[in-house]
Amino acid sequence: MSALQNEACIVGIGQTPFLRGTDDDCSSSLRVELQACEAAIKDAGLSNKDIDGILPFYGLSIAEDLAVNLGVRDLAYQATSHVGGAGPGASVANAANAVVAGLANYVIIPGGWYGYSGRRVRQIVVQDVNAMSGGKTARDFYFPFGLTAPVQWFSFIARLHMMEFGTKPEHLGAVAVAQRKHAQLNPNALLRDKPLDMAGYLASPMISDPYRMFDCSLEADGGCAFVVTTKERARDLAQTPINILGIAQGQPFPADDILTREDPFHLGVTDAAPRAFGMAGIEAKDVDFAEIYDPFTFQVIQQLEEIGFCERGSGGDFVADGGIELGGKLPVNTHGGLLSEAHVLGMNHYIEAVQQLRGNAGERQVKDAEIGIVTGFGDFGDGAIAVLGR
Amino acid sequence: MTSTDTTTAGKETSKPTPQMEGTTKEFYDFCQKKELRFQCCSNCKQWRHVPRLMCAECGSWEWQWLRSSGRGKVFTWTVVERPMHPDFVEDVPYAPVVIELEEGVRMVSWLSNCDPHEITRGMPVEVEFDAVSEQLTLPKFKRRNNPL
Repeated sequence: MSALQNEACIVGIGQTPFLRGTDDDCSSSLRVELQACEAAIKDAGLSNKDIDGILPFYGLSIAEDLAVNLGVRDLAYQATSHVGGAGPGASVANAANAVVAGLANYVIIPGGWYGYSGRRVRQIVVQDVNAMSGGKTARDFYFPFGLTAPVQWFSFIARLHMMEFGTKPEHLGAVAVAQRKHAQLNPNALLRDKPLDMAGYLASPMISDPYRMFDCSLEADGGCAFVVTTKERARDLAQTPINILGIAQGQPFPADDILTREDPFHLGVTDAAPRAFGMAGIEAKDVDFAEIYDPFTFQVIQQLEEIGFCERGSGGDFVADGGIELGGKLPVNTHGGLLSEAHVLGMNHYIEAVQQLRGNAGERQVKDAEIGIVTGFGDFGDGAIAVLGR
Repeated sequence: MTSTDTTTAGKETSKPTPQMEGTTKEFYDFCQKKELRFQCCSNCKQWRHVPRLMCAECGSWEWQWLRSSGRGKVFTWTVVERPMHPDFVEDVPYAPVVIELEEGVRMVSWLSNCDPHEITRGMPVEVEFDAVSEQLTLPKFKRRNNPL
């Protein structure tokens, strides 16, 4: 049994409003990250000075910048993993490790950006070779051929799946439609008032075939944060603690090149999922809902398969006919996800999972939700998965 | 990275260019000589791309740059209908294509003689070289109509 199993928990969550357009200075993500931290610390019933561990998101802020603003005078622990959108999950593992081992008592995990009003991802990946762990591969062997953006290289894999297994545009559309339905039940979702049906999905303009506009996540301005501590310390805090039952990471090989993998569908989460489920002592069938990092629609289908919710190749059928909608086999991205709530680096997936497990998800509450998973997906397929329970 | 000093037939372009250093420079220097070469491990004979210092199969630090037949097949592709980079606006629609060479390595490139919407899986292709500037020649591919 892992020493981390069910020992650490999430005790506070916070977020800013999610926006597309702001008067803020967008040159640094610090403002939205600090606002989210304040909210999360308050939600936990803590004060800023109680925080002694900060795990910043790679490439956004650094721990010292957050600490000096929050007034964290005794920063006992800090760490950052270079795994893009798998960063929040990697930080959950780090945080659980730190609090269980006694390296820190209250660890905060922030993540936020001006992803709409500041630099867009398509600009960041080309301008900053260190932004992705495969940045040098991309610079030297992708960009000269006009392969410059995630929507392009991930569409390679979606097309492969379509050719290999007969996955259809309507299957990708089913993900977009399901998540948009969920967004309509979420006051925070940017696309709350914009319903989407399959015809509307299919009519959206082609960006990088087979990806249409509505296959793509929604660039946004905003931040989230959450606080991790031990079960024992959680007893004295303000909220019902949400337990970290299992947590694991993984990487495809080679991590820095999406083109040359022996098995092009193998992701970090392919290896991470059995580790996390093993730590938690559960199976896929025990999961009540899944918040799946969704940069694009197919990456939801792919992760559902690789985690083991369905056989590889059958993910299209799994998501069709409402299978991943509220009330379906496995509700997925109950907040609308990066596609329809906002792209806040997958940090919003943790916020949503905690809300669901607290029973605070309002109209979109999954009935009797006891176990949920959250995945992270970064760079060229780095993965993380957390099993959370109440 | 985004260099502005490259030229194509006298016309200025700022398309992204590789950083010419180390093994990346070695790869593109061969392209300049119209040779498509990949690293092949001197010990276990495993071909590899992208270039690396060690063989991930056997741990050897020794390699040779062996010449590829230049022939391969289309593995997967996308058709870019909306550019994500300002310097590729005029190229739309264009198709970044993953080529699987006969030696087993894969690389991204373009097809010169094929409409992006007519690309098919397994389409046989062979390398050709496009001198996009005095400093840089890119390996591109053309459809082989009579694959043997």
